[in-house]
Amino acid sequence: MSTNENAQSRERGKAPAGERVADWADGRLGIYSLAKANMRKIFPDHWSFMLGEICLYSFIIIILTGVYLTLFFHPSMNEVEYHGSYVPLQGQLMSEAFNSTMHISFDVRGGLLIRQIHHWSALIFLAGMFVHMMRVFFTGAFRKPREINWLFGFLLFVLGMFTGFTGYSLPDDLLSGTGVRFTEGAILSMPIVGTYISMFLFGGEFPGHDFVARFYSIHILLLPGIMLGLVVGHLILVFYHKHTQFAGPGKTNKNVVGMPLLPVYMAKAGGFFFLVFGTIAAIAALAQINPVWVFGPYRPDQVSTGAQPDWYMGFAEGLIRFMPGWEVNIWGHTLVLGVFIPLVLFGVVLAALALYPFIESWITGDKREHHILDRPRNAPTRTALGVAWVTMYMITLVGGGNDLWATHFHLSINSITWFVRIFFFVGPVIAYILTKRICLGLQRRDKDKVLHGRETGTIKRLPHGEFIEVHEPLSQEQLFTLTAHEQYEPAAVGPAVDENGVERKIKRSEKLRAKISGAYFGEDQQIPKPTVEEYKEITSGHGHH
Amino acid sequence: MSSQDIPEENLPAEQDSHGHGGVAVADEKNPFADPGLPPHEHRIQDIDERAAKRSERAVALLFTVSMLATVGFIVSYVAIPIDKSIFVFPIGHVSALNFALGLTLGTALFTIGAGAVHWARTLMSDVEVADDRHPIAAEPEVRAKVHADFKQGAKESAIGRRGLIRTTMFGALALVPLSGVMLLRDLGPLPEDKLRHTLWAKGKLLVNMNTNEPLRPSDVAVGSLTFAKPEGLEEHDEDFQNEIAKAALMIVRLQPADIKDKQELEWSHQGIVAYSKICTHVGCPISLYEQQTHHVLCPCHQSTFDLSDGAKVIFGPAGHALPQLRIGVNDEGYLEALGDFEEPVGPAFWERG
Amino acid sequence: MKKLSARRRHPLAALVVLLLALACTGGLYAAFAPASKAQADETAQSLAIDEGKKLFAVGCASCHGTKGQGSSDGPSLVGVGAAAVDFQVGTGRMPAATSQGAQVPSKKAVYTQAEIDQLAAYIASLGAGPNVPTEAEYGTEGADIAKGGELFRTNCAQCHTTGGKGGALTHGKYAPTLEGVAPKHIYEAMQTGPQNMPSFPDTTLTEQNKKDIIAYLNAIDSDETVNPGGLELGGLGPVSEGLFAWIFGLGALIAVAVWVAARTAKAKKS
Repeated sequence: MSTNENAQSRERGKAPAGERVADWADGRLGIYSLAKANMRKIFPDHWSFMLGEICLYSFIIIILTGVYLTLFFHPSMNEVEYHGSYVPLQGQLMSEAFNSTMHISFDVRGGLLIRQIHHWSALIFLAGMFVHMMRVFFTGAFRKPREINWLFGFLLFVLGMFTGFTGYSLPDDLLSGTGVRFTEGAILSMPIVGTYISMFLFGGEFPGHDFVARFYSIHILLLPGIMLGLVVGHLILVFYHKHTQFAGPGKTNKNVVGMPLLPVYMAKAGGFFFLVFGTIAAIAALAQINPVWVFGPYRPDQVSTGAQPDWYMGFAEGLIRFMPGWEVNIWGHTLVLGVFIPLVLFGVVLAALALYPFIESWITGDKREHHILDRPRNAPTRTALGVAWVTMYMITLVGGGNDLWATHFHLSINSITWFVRIFFFVGPVIAYILTKRICLGLQRRDKDKVLHGRETGTIKRLPHGEFIEVHEPLSQEQLFTLTAHEQYEPAAVGPAVDENGVERKIKRSEKLRAKISGAYFGEDQQIPKPTVEEYKEITSGHGHH
Repeated sequence: MSSQDIPEENLPAEQDSHGHGGVAVADEKNPFADPGLPPHEHRIQDIDERAAKRSERAVALLFTVSMLATVGFIVSYVAIPIDKSIFVFPIGHVSALNFALGLTLGTALFTIGAGAVHWARTLMSDVEVADDRHPIAAEPEVRAKVHADFKQGAKESAIGRRGLIRTTMFGALALVPLSGVMLLRDLGPLPEDKLRHTLWAKGKLLVNMNTNEPLRPSDVAVGSLTFAKPEGLEEHDEDFQNEIAKAALMIVRLQPADIKDKQELEWSHQGIVAYSKICTHVGCPISLYEQQTHHVLCPCHQSTFDLSDGAKVIFGPAGHALPQLRIGVNDEGYLEALGDFEEPVGPAFWERG
Repeated sequence: MKKLSARRRHPLAALVVLLLALACTGGLYAAFAPASKAQADETAQSLAIDEGKKLFAVGCASCHGTKGQGSSDGPSLVGVGAAAVDFQVGTGRMPAATSQGAQVPSKKAVYTQAEIDQLAAYIASLGAGPNVPTEAEYGTEGADIAKGGELFRTNCAQCHTTGGKGGALTHGKYAPTLEGVAPKHIYEAMQTGPQNMPSFPDTTLTEQNKKDIIAYLNAIDSDETVNPGGLELGGLGPVSEGLFAWIFGLGALIAVAVWVAARTAKAKKS
C-alpha cells in the first residue's frame, strides 16, 4: 500500500506544481471526487438564469464593502458635537453613529464611494431577488424537486429586507430615524405584547440609547450570518438539482443541455461577477445615494416630508398609508387596527408567495420531478395569479410614494390614497382576468402556428381572385418546442362508491381541490394543444389554409 | 398534502417519452417528436484564425485597460484632495475624488469581466453538451436499507421501550431554551406607565424651540406656527431625545370664533391652542400646518387633523385626535401648561384604554 | 453705513426707502428722519401710492375689491403689508389666473419690480403690515449656517423636505420647492405666510433666525451646491433612488446578462 503510494508520489514529483498541490489537497480533503462530479457540470445559457447571479454577486459586494465600513463606523448613540469638514452641520449635536457616517462620507478617502457601493448594491440585491423570484415563479421552476430551494430563496428575500432596513437605520439620520419611529409605532400596535417588545427592543422609551448598537449586531452579524448559510444551501441545491431549462430540441426532462462549468461557465460566471461589481462601482461614482448630510441628525421632534423607506419596504409603507384609521376600544384596552392590520397583511402577502408551490402541487397532485420550464402562457392560471400578486405589490408601492405622485403629477394626495384603497382589491382582479385572457390568446396563436404555419407576410393572389397570406410550415424544432408543454386534466372527485360498492366518504378538501383544479385546468382555462391527428388532417390537404 | 387519490391518468403524459436523449429523429408517426440537439455550428473564430487572433487581442486589450484603470485609481487616491469638487456635465458639482475613484474602480472591474466573457464567448468551445439527470429520490433498495438502519438504531437505543427516558429527555430539551429567553428580560424596563407621562406639568412655561425663550401670548400671531418644549429641557440633556419625543408641542393661534370644539376652546388661551406634535398614528412629528384650512397633515402617512375642531382625524390612518395641552398665562404674562397631557401622546397601544 | 451705501447704489433705492418709510409708524419715522427729507419722501410716497392704486384698479381690484377689501374671489389685502405684495407679485403668483384650483402656482412675474413697489406702497397704505426686507436682513452676512439648518429642520422641513425640494399637502395643495427662490422672497414668505403656509413672525422666529435659515438654504440648495456622491436624483430620497436602482442598476445588469448569455454569432454557411 505505502510503497504504491510512494511510487505514485515519486512519479508525481515530475508533474506540474499545480497538479502536485491538488494531489496534496486530495489526499487530505478528497477533493477529486467532488471535482469529478462538478468540474464539467453543465449549465444552460439563458439571460434570465443569471438573475440569481446578480443577487449572489451583489450580496458578496455588500459583504466586502460592509466589512470596510465597520472599520470606520461607530455604532453608538452617545452625543457628540460635529467638527468634521461638512460646513452646514458644524457644531450640531448628533450621535456618534451619525458623526462617524459623516466622517466616512467626507473625511475618509474613498469612504463615500464604498458607502454608496454598499447602499446601491443593497437596492440592486433586493431588486434582483425580486425579479429572480418572479422568473422562478412564472416559469414554474419552483416545482418538485425545488420547493425547498424556493423557500430558501424566499427567506433570503425576507431577511434581505430586514437586513436592509436595519442597515438603513444605522446612520441615525433624520430620515432613517423617522423609519425607526414608524417601526416603534407598529410594534406598539401589537395587542398585549406591543409595549413590552418596544421597551425591550429600544432598551426603554424611544429612541433611547441602545437601538443603533442593537441594530448593528443584527445588521452585520445575525441576519447576514443566517443569509450566508442560506445562500450556501441555495447554491448547493442548485448544483445538486442541476439547472432547469426551457423546452427545445434535444432538451428533455432527463437531461440538461449547456456548457460545462470548466471553462466556459466559470469564465462567464466569474466574469459576470466583475461586470456586476464594475457596473455598481460606476453607478456609485455617478449617482448619489442616501445623502445623510442633507437629512441631518435624528431628532424625534423633527421630520422631513417625503419620508420613505428604501424601495423594498415601500410595500409595507403603502399598506400603512392607505389603511383607514380604525381603532377599537374594548374593556379598557385599545386595538390599533389601523396599524396592526397592515402589519398582519405584510406577513400574509409574503406568506402567500412562500406557500404557493405547495398549494399548486396539492392542486395538481403531481409528484413527478419537473426540470423543463413552463412558458408563462402555458400555465395561465398560475401566471394570472402571479401577475395579480405583482399588481397588488405595485399598487402598495404607489401608495407608499403617494406624496411624490401628488407633487409630480399634480394630483391630490387624498385621491391617490383613495385610488390605492380601491385598487388594492380591484387591481389584482383586473390583472388576473386580463393576464389569463392574454395567456389564452397566446396559446391559441401557438396552436395556429403549429397547425397552419408561420405567417410570412407575403400576400398571394389566387387564380379566382382571392388574396391569401402565405403560411410557411414550421420546422420540426419549432413544432416540438411549441407542443412540448404538458397540460393537466382537472382533478375529478373520485367515485362515491369504492370498488367494493361501499359508499365512501368524500372529504371536503377533495371537493375543494376538484373545484380549484377545475378553475385551473377546466374547460376554457387552457387551450388544448394541437394533436398529431389535427396536424395531419390539416397538413394532408396542402394548400389549404 | 396527500395526493394519493389523484388518478394517474389525470397527469399528462411526458412529452419527452417520444425523444430518446436527443437522438430521436423525426418520425412519420409523430411530427411533433423531439428532433434532438441541433448540430454544432462553427463561429467565425472557430474557422478563421485571423478572427480568433482579433478576439485574443480584444481580450488582452480589455485586461490591459483594467490594469491602467487600477493605476488610475491609485493615482487618483493619492493626487486628488478629498474636499475638491468638480463640475461634471450633466451631473453637477460632485466630489472629484468620489467620481475618479468610482469610475476607475468600475472600469478596472468591468473590463476584467468583459475580457473573461469575451474570451468565453469567442474562443472557448461552444459545443453544447447534454448531461443526464438522475432522480433525486433514492432507489427503493437504498430507501429500504436506510429505513431498516434507522429502525435498528432506534431499537438499539431502546428509545421506544424506555418511555421514562424519552419523556424526560424531551422535557429537558423543551425547557432548556427558556434560560435563553429569560436572559433577554433585561433588554429593557417594563412599560409601566412610561408612555402615559411627559415632562409637561402645571406651571411649566412653554419655551420657543427657535429662540429658547418662554413664549408670551402676544408672540403668537394668528396664522403663525410655533414649536415649543417644556422649560428646563435643554438639547444637551442626557434624556433630551426621549423627553422631546413625547413633549414636543405645536402652537397655533386661531380666531376664537373659528374653534368648533368646546373643550378645545376651554383649554386654549385667547385662541392659542397647544397640541402634541407627535402623530397618534405611529409617532412622526406631525406639523404640516395649513393656516387657511387649519388642517395639519402628517408627512409620513398623511393622517390629517383639524386643529379648529379638537384636532380630530379627518383623513388617513391615524385612529384618534391629537392630544391637546391645557394652557394659560402665569403672573408674569408667560404661557404656561396647566398640567400634563390628559392622555398618552403618540401612537396608540394596547394598554392605552 | 456699508449697508446704506450698498442700498444707495441700487436703482430702486428711492422706492425701497419709501416702502420702509411707509412701514414705520409716523411717530417713529419722524424721530429718525430729518423733517425736510421727510417732506420730499412724502411727496414721492404719495406719488407711488397713486401709481400703485392705478395699477391695482386695473390688475387686482376685480378679485380683491376696489379698495383691497376683498371679495369672494380674493382675500382682503388690508394689513397684509408690502412684504406680502412683493412676494405674491414678485414670484408671479399674483395676479392669479383663477381663484379656483387647490393652490396658486408661482410663474413668471407680470409686473416690473418698480410696478411691484408701487403696488406694495398702495397696499401698505391701506393698513400696517410687514415691510419688504432689506438686503441687510436677508443677506447671508453674519449668519450661522448650521444653526439655520437646525431651524430649517424644526420649522420648514416638514413641508419642504430637509433639502428644500417641496412636498405634498392635502387635496392637491403643495409646499413648493425652494430651489432658485430669491432670498428676499424666502424671507417674505416666512414673514407673511402666503396661502396655506403658516407665518413665522419675528416674535417666534427672530430676524437672525431667518437670516440663518436663508444662509443654510443658500449652502445646500443653490447652483453651486456640491452633491459629492454624484447625481442628486431630484433630492427626493429613497423613492427616486429605488427607481434608479431598478431602471439603471438592475436594468444595466440585465442588459449585461443578456450579452453574457447570448449565443456568439455563427459563421455564415457558405
